[in-house]
Amino acid sequence: MEFKFTIEGGNFSKAGSASSEVKKILKQLNVNPKIIKRTVVSLYEAEVNVVAHAFEGNMNVDIDTDKIVVKIEDKGPGIPDIDQAMQEGYSTATPQVREMGFGAGMGLPNIKRNSDQMNITSKVDVGTEVEIINYLG
Amino acid sequence: MVKVADVVDKLNARVICGSCDMNQEIQFGFASDLMSDVLTIDTENLLLITGLNNLQTIRTSEMSDISFILFVRDKKATEEMKELACENEITLLECGHSMFRACSILNEIGLQPVY
Repeated sequence: MEFKFTIEGGNFSKAGSASSEVKKILKQLNVNPKIIKRTVVSLYEAEVNVVAHAFEGNMNVDIDTDKIVVKIEDKGPGIPDIDQAMQEGYSTATPQVREMGFGAGMGLPNIKRNSDQMNITSKVDVGTEVEIINYLG
Repeated sequence: MVKVADVVDKLNARVICGSCDMNQEIQFGFASDLMSDVLTIDTENLLLITGLNNLQTIRTSEMSDISFILFVRDKKATEEMKELACENEITLLECGHSMFRACSILNEIGLQPVY
């Protein structure tokens, strides 16, 4: 099963709506609640990152019998140093993002913690792609 | 364990959204205005105590399976927040206490810290 959601950069009132839709789908499919939580927390962190840093993005969800694979790709400034961005506490978030309760430099590490596999690629001034894989078994 | 009714009574709080059972019991409390911190918690049966009143407070709770949010410092939830909370069966409470005082009272009546 494949689903695609668009994410608007800068629109905090909609941030989380794609992850919310995925949560509803996973609940309908009777996926283990612990796996749902891990998955949607990681998706929500990634979605907030797109809203906070990029111009626009997509969330592509592929649900199989044994795993869920989600690719979140955006058009934006990209990440110059992924190793640095993966460090807890490192953040380039704006004051507006911090007012929303984010921007503490915990998003990417938390995605990693809540996913079985996480792959991230980025090109400066082009965009970033985060792939999250969680096994359903 | 603390009943929702006791939270309302001891904090002079108001249930502003959700048709929750006042006898429902909550085991843990977590206080933060930083949603990034809330998203790292994987404890069930949790009351989120916060002064951050925006839509992302509700979204964060939705993703984290948090069913109860207490707004402190007299922060008011907007209509949009209430709608989203109701849609996700999240009970919203408001009280006028500071976060420190609210936590102190809740701990005294039996609400446990996550860590």
